[in-house]
Amino acid sequence: MAKTYKSIALFSALLMGTGAALAGGPVDDKLVIDGEMEIQTRVAAPEGHPFDEIISGWHYRTEETRALEADSFQNPGMLYVERGEEIWNTVDGDAGKSCASCHEDAGEFLKGLGASYPKWNADAGKPFNIELQINQCREKNMQAKPYKFDAADQKALTTYIKHQSIGMPVEVDLTQGDMQAWWDKGKELYYTRTGQLNLACASCHEDYNGKYIRADHLSQGNVNGFPTYRLKQSEMVSLHNRFRGCIRDTRAEFPAAFSDDLMALEVYVTWRGSGLGVETPAVRQ
Amino acid sequence: MTKGATFKALPAALAGLALMAASVATAGTVAPDSVPIEDMELKQSLTGTAGDAVAGREAFADRKKGNCLACHANTDLNEQLFHGEVGPVLDGVGDRWDEAQLRAIVVNSKDVFGEQTIMPGFYTMKVGINVAEDNQGQTILTAQEVEDVVAYLLTLKEN
Ligand code: HEC
Ligand code: HEC
Repeated sequence: MAKTYKSIALFSALLMGTGAALAGGPVDDKLVIDGEMEIQTRVAAPEGHPFDEIISGWHYRTEETRALEADSFQNPGMLYVERGEEIWNTVDGDAGKSCASCHEDAGEFLKGLGASYPKWNADAGKPFNIELQINQCREKNMQAKPYKFDAADQKALTTYIKHQSIGMPVEVDLTQGDMQAWWDKGKELYYTRTGQLNLACASCHEDYNGKYIRADHLSQGNVNGFPTYRLKQSEMVSLHNRFRGCIRDTRAEFPAAFSDDLMALEVYVTWRGSGLGVETPAVRQ
Repeated sequence: MTKGATFKALPAALAGLALMAASVATAGTVAPDSVPIEDMELKQSLTGTAGDAVAGREAFADRKKGNCLACHANTDLNEQLFHGEVGPVLDGVGDRWDEAQLRAIVVNSKDVFGEQTIMPGFYTMKVGINVAEDNQGQTILTAQEVEDVVAYLLTLKEN
């Protein structure tokens, strides 16, 4: 029985006698924003990567969802980009400064920045993502309160900053500081099974991407579109919110946002998507 | 014993009986992981009570219980939308496996398919780390629900 079960499973999959079953796999399509800017949504994987090809979550969404992202006028996430730009230019805190006070030419300063995070922060002795960098600027340079996790302004400003790198390839620099050690830790977590359902990130996103898990079409779980606009929630969803949701779905307690565990995971999972074009604000189910 | 004493003692005696009945039921229920799965089989019923296929069909579909449709398509449940395609289609699964094998698969699929399988074990304590507080010390299905689901799977025949 041990040897025959695989072929039995294959046989039963071939039968597919049910109308309720869906057909999976990434869709063959191109993401071109406003008919002008083509985004790299499929790239060859680097040496030592578990996949041959890295594929954006965009390819696993429905035609309607894909179309929303391709049209910046219809993409609901673009409202958050606009809001983020306002916040960028608004003075806040006791120092009487805005982001723009220190970083004058936003166009020049922010171009490509979002594509290179998370980044080693020597003072903090750990990797920083955009959210942590914003909070550091607010506290140190603006003398303003740091944002609480998932505050509306935090999501909008992060979305604006990432959007300034749209189409640019995601690239994390693992040579800085202890980035490699954080990558190692993130990798370990990626393959660690959690919760009563006993699932690791890899169980779903590595072993079964392209398959439907109920009504959800499993992607490779790449992060190049974050923060993403989720239709289900009619909201921008931050990366750590998504991580926590996936972990909760294994019926596990989830780590705090920006904890060492989730930062390590962010370093590792961002690396898994190396070379994909930044899509922020991506549109997802 | 006098008549009066017997009469007075009756409620206590009944209570004692009820207690015994409850402990008998518990003793008859096999605790998770206490009976090893051998050669991909678990012959012994977990409860000694025959599985109810109708209840099993419900536990199979219930998202809070088996949620088996998350991963498996099953024509018998075509009234439900969106069947997953992570695992094999379960049509005819009652022809492919016998009762002892199906029980082993549902109790702890890792003992049948290997450690790498994505399929959760529904009556085992061998689970992942950081189990959510609400789920700690509990199996996904109860012993009787496992028996019910197994009875239901045995009805999925094509021949
Ligand atoms: C039980 C299955 C399951 C597990 C385990 C799981 N995920 Fe997910 N994940 C999903 C589903 C379903 C979606 C939504 C569809 C999609 O984009 O893949 C999703 C989406 C995502 C996305 C968004 C992808 C995009 O394109 O917007 C990321 C990132 C992600 N997961 C990362 C993770 C990480 C990291 C872990 C482990 C900590 C994890 N997931 C564990 C099921 C899972
Ligand atoms: C997260 C995914 C997942 C869930 C949930 C799940 N299974 Fe499975 N199941 C699988 C996979 C995958 C296989 C094939 C074995 C393998 O590749 O590891 C499988 C195999 C099986 C088989 C053998 C099928 C055959 O044709 O040989 C049976 C029977 C089965 N599952 C029953 C169930 C039942 C009953 C439930 C719910 C109580 C359930 N499964 C829930 C993923 C799942």
